[in-house]
Amino acid sequence: MNNVLEAKNINKHFLKPKDFHVLKDISFAIKEGEFASIMGKSGSGKSTLLYILSTMDTDYTGELFLNDTLVTGKPASELSRIRNEHIGFVFQFHYLLSEFSVLENVMLPAKKLARKSNKEIEHDAYEKLSMLGIEKLAKQKASRISGGEKQRVAIARALINNPSILMGDEPTGNLDSYNSDNVFNIFKRLKEEEGLSLLVVTHDEDFAKRTDYIIEMEDGRIVSGQ
Amino acid sequence: MINWKVILNIAKTHLLTKMKSTVTAALGVTFGIGAYITLVSFMTGLNTMLDSLILNQTPHIHLYNEIAPTKDQPISLYEEFENSVHIISSIKPKQGQKKIHNALPILNYLKNKDVVKGATPQVRAQIFYLSGSIELGGSIVGVDIMEETRLSNMRDYIVQGSPEALKNMDNGILLGAGLADKMSLSVGDRVQVSTVAGALVPLKIVGFYQSGIADVDNVQSFCKLKTVQRILGESQNYITDINIKLYDIEQSPQLAEFLEKQFNVTATDINEANAQFETGSNIRNLITYAVSITLLIVAGFGIYNILNMLIYEKMKDIAILKATGFSGTDVQFIFMSQAMIIGIIGGILGLVLGFVLSVIIDGLPFETEALPTIDTYPVNFSLTYYIIGIVFALISTCIAGWLPSNKAKHIDPVKIIRGT
Ligand SMILES: Nc1ncnc2c1ncn2[C@@H]1O[C@H](COP(=O)(O)OP(=O)(O)OP(=O)(O)O)[C@@H](O)[C@H]1O
Ligand SMILES: [Mg+2]
Repeated sequence: MNNVLEAKNINKHFLKPKDFHVLKDISFAIKEGEFASIMGKSGSGKSTLLYILSTMDTDYTGELFLNDTLVTGKPASELSRIRNEHIGFVFQFHYLLSEFSVLENVMLPAKKLARKSNKEIEHDAYEKLSMLGIEKLAKQKASRISGGEKQRVAIARALINNPSILMGDEPTGNLDSYNSDNVFNIFKRLKEEEGLSLLVVTHDEDFAKRTDYIIEMEDGRIVSGQ
Repeated sequence: MINWKVILNIAKTHLLTKMKSTVTAALGVTFGIGAYITLVSFMTGLNTMLDSLILNQTPHIHLYNEIAPTKDQPISLYEEFENSVHIISSIKPKQGQKKIHNALPILNYLKNKDVVKGATPQVRAQIFYLSGSIELGGSIVGVDIMEETRLSNMRDYIVQGSPEALKNMDNGILLGAGLADKMSLSVGDRVQVSTVAGALVPLKIVGFYQSGIADVDNVQSFCKLKTVQRILGESQNYITDINIKLYDIEQSPQLAEFLEKQFNVTATDINEANAQFETGSNIRNLITYAVSITLLIVAGFGIYNILNMLIYEKMKDIAILKATGFSGTDVQFIFMSQAMIIGIIGGILGLVLGFVLSVIIDGLPFETEALPTIDTYPVNFSLTYYIIGIVFALISTCIAGWLPSNKAKHIDPVKIIRGT
């Protein structure tokens, strides 16, 4: 099977306040339809790695491939387009545009991509929202819903352009066990029914154990996994 | 590729949620542009009025004889002293030089020329006005009154009586308004004038002339050409000045130069005479633009401030937009378009404000002795200034929006998402 995402010898230093080798020689690959989780102590570099994998952080050495094409070194505008089309990202803290409605938040990346008409995009957005059980909130202001609901809106937004891979930085961090379970099941279903690849950072052992495999990080190194 | 619909939608949402700041910023532009339109309309209105005040009374070309000693003194014609140094003491100009030589043929020549709208002969003389025991120095100008009124707006300055009255009265005089005041004379009264040579002539006042320039009105009066020639005891071909109006004012320098050579007279053209006048107009324009630009800079700072604040508040939004695939340029355009929307709305309101204020000023009464033909403040309603105004607004908001929006363009989403 093809690699959706492949990291080769990724190294990153933080130079301030003093030189700090935060990622050390990271190499791994995620194949199409795989659901991987990353675990590790706080400060081991998980988020840092995820920002690099999502193409937002370009300050690193090594090579990053997405769908077998090298994305390292591409211009910023190109990377924006790649993020828009191929990568869904769910943050540790639910980041929504608070002045827009839930529906508009979900539709925004698709409007940017501009492949479909507004009607179709709206239809897709409702579909994602109902999959996550929050279609009733569609017309609500994003600032007027609960934390768990925001998290699910963010997931719906990440899925709107049917990306190649969904990345999550503790996407269930703010959810109770019921909602956390619910999100896990949704991820599982997306993987099984639509062949979506997933890479999720989590501190939740139970969550991690149910994924295809766990990548263990310690002090900026992968110590076990795959 | 830039998706304007999405960008403008985000910009609009930002502006609407920050209604108060948006309105404040737009009002800043409104006042800047409004002040510009009002000032420039009023100032150029004044300029045009003052220009026409002077230009209408000033001939395009003025022919006269400069009193100066002859360049070729007899000794230089004498061959025997050709190679010697000539020392002549106390050279004086010749007598009787005020008169333009060949005035009548010159007039004839000018009247047949296509570019000339008209040429009027004048006789200027220094005289004394006598009324009772008062004796005032002054001058008298003999004119072809009907031709003068055709070529200039002289009729506007005859505040009592009419040009026709002068034409029909051989011993009539249009007395300078200042003179009339000093000697407390009214129309129908008689005034005596005496020439430098001593001749005493009574004249009947048929009207008052008020140019608006006190220095003129206090000394100068008009009579018929023949009357002045008679007072001076000169013949019909005694003419001291010829005033020429052209169809195209731009041709005056060339024609003046030509006439000087051709007829051996002194000719001054209007551009020479009015060079100083231009300076006044330029300074008024300078003030207008200095004030307007200052106001617009203040308005620009307002926009700059508000965008900066907005961007600071919307850091997280910017990070999300970038994380979900909006490029730095997209983000920049979101904030640039907010600046432009503020600029366009504020600018258009400014044009309206400026227009309304101009209309109000245009209707205000403005009556002054110096300007008998004006009764409200002069305002120049020219479309050009409205176009300049809106372009001004757009440029200043562009500059004000550029810096903050460029900052937004370069915000690193990772930093924001990390929360540092
Ligand atoms: N901007 C920065 N400058 C310097 N050091 C940084 C910066 N950001 C993070 N670090 C350091 O890099 C290390 C890795 O941070 P990172 O956020 O990747 O950890 P993490 O594994 O995601 O932790 P957590 O589980 O708490 O989210 C930490 O030791 C952190 O202090
Ligand atoms: Mg983290």
